[in-house]
Amino acid sequence: MIINHPLLGPRDASEFVYLGDASLIDRPDWQAKDAQQQFHDYLYLRDNPAGAHRELWFHEQGDRSWLVVTRDTITHEITNVELARDVALQRGRGR
Amino acid sequence: MRYSGMKVLWEGLTGNRGWKPVWREPEPKKSYDIVIVGGGGHGLSTAYYLAREFGLSNIAVLEKGWLGSGNIGRNTTIIRSNYLLPGNEPFYELSMKLWENLEQDFNYNAMVSQRGIINLYHSDSQRDAFARRGNAMIMAGADAVLLDRAGLEKQCPFLDFDNARFPIQGGLWQPRAGTARHDAVAWGYARGADMHGVDLIQNCEVTGFLIEDGVCKGVETSRGAILARKTAVCVAGSSGRVMSKAGMRLPIESHALQAFVSEGLKPVIPGVITFGAGHFYISQSDKGGLVFGGDIDGYNTYAQRGNLPVVEDVCEGGMAIMPMIGRARLLRMWGGVMDMSMDGSPFIDRTHIDGLYFNGGWCYGGFKATPASGFCYAHLLARDEPHPTAAEYRLDRFISGRMIDERGAGAQPNLH
Ligand SMILES: Cc1cc2nc3c(=O)[nH]c(=O)nc-3n(C[C@H](O)[C@H](O)[C@H](O)COP(=O)(O)OP(=O)(O)OC[C@H]3O[C@@H](n4cnc5c(N)ncnc54)[C@H](O)[C@@H]3O)c2cc1C
Repeated sequence: MIINHPLLGPRDASEFVYLGDASLIDRPDWQAKDAQQQFHDYLYLRDNPAGAHRELWFHEQGDRSWLVVTRDTITHEITNVELARDVALQRGRGR
Repeated sequence: MRYSGMKVLWEGLTGNRGWKPVWREPEPKKSYDIVIVGGGGHGLSTAYYLAREFGLSNIAVLEKGWLGSGNIGRNTTIIRSNYLLPGNEPFYELSMKLWENLEQDFNYNAMVSQRGIINLYHSDSQRDAFARRGNAMIMAGADAVLLDRAGLEKQCPFLDFDNARFPIQGGLWQPRAGTARHDAVAWGYARGADMHGVDLIQNCEVTGFLIEDGVCKGVETSRGAILARKTAVCVAGSSGRVMSKAGMRLPIESHALQAFVSEGLKPVIPGVITFGAGHFYISQSDKGGLVFGGDIDGYNTYAQRGNLPVVEDVCEGGMAIMPMIGRARLLRMWGGVMDMSMDGSPFIDRTHIDGLYFNGGWCYGGFKATPASGFCYAHLLARDEPHPTAAEYRLDRFISGRMIDERGAGAQPNLH
């Protein structure tokens, strides 16, 4: 698989480390009343879809940036690659 | 029809005209006591033990393709009970004991061969960890022998003992472990279940669940609705996809695992050997092919194929422990979809929906579990209480803090 890095262009997937579903960006609020349940769901439960999947890849052998890759889990076709930083900022996380 | 040596002789002398199809192909009935979703190893063994051990037979197994078209027909056939943790080891040892008597029990040749497994160790600390694991195995009634270098050299003189990076110091040997013929296991259980009156229904995909007021009343299928008092899902790699139709999210990701077979060679490898410093395992089939594999590909996928980087990684692992493998030519490779769980251990449990049961999360190690998984799932379905050896395989173990994490890798499926 080739991942089209937004800054570095096409890179072989073997340069990256895979973390999992991009919902891992949405860390729950630790002060919420049901924080325990929320953290359980966040950490352990997955949609695990057959089809389009947004997922976190880390460019360990490259510029060490985190990417959000949209990839089809049936065909392995990659349709979109974003910097995870941009995605997190769009979702109102971080400054 | 029972199989025996006499039967083979008789058929051989009379033109082999007396063999019959091994199972019926019934039309699905409107309703059953128990519907099992998934005709892989675990679904078929569950049906078999429900009928044979628990006396139930108004059962259907629904399979979307043909029986054994999933991972049961794709794996590298290693059976063993060399686990460490108390939540796992008694279960896998029950499985090992069931394997030992399986062929007599279901009257089918599954080619169970107890040729042993050796996990290589490459450092003092790894030896100590293996000694501990061996002791845990012995305490659970299994067998384990810690081999030093001299002991290992006697069995496997071809290993690269003095490898500069990962010298081989010895191995943890389980003599009763080995291999079995994967398809024959599925066929044997299928035939056994069919003989007890279980309906095996192929080309029947479950497309939804009939859930009313929190109670599962059956399934929607490509061949119409089928009612059931209990619905038992065991679809391995498809777990996430199927359970999402009941609105459930699981502590599971689907990943691809590849397997490889070389051209046929004269006997060179005595049992199963695994690399302790990377991920590589190998055995030799009775036809002579070297059967080997290694890591999962590492990203979510439902495609039954993997990619080149892992192929290279697996072959490098092989070269690191037995350089002679570099002379063998690769004949075939393929992939299967694994239901990788968050702690590397499986689930055999009820769900929060009454009448709906779940079996899955087998990762890359569910073939060896086939007998015990079916036995314990059947126990749960028949008695509504878990079998003692599978009592820890609960869906709520992450919130209650009772994970069974053999590798200590945490909640990341591609590290287990
Ligand atoms: C390459 C590879 C090597 C492996 N090596 C080993 C090994 O050496 N030792 C070991 O112990 N384990 C090994 N495993 C793991 C083992 O094969 C699996 O854990 C085990 O087979 C899973 O259980 P099963 O047999 O029931 O799964 P499967 O055979 O996959 O059965 C699931 C069935 O459910 C069906 N299904 C899916 N969705 C639906 C639906 N909607 N409706 C109806 N039916 C459906 C599928 O078609 C399939 O037949 C390996 C796996 C792979 C892929």
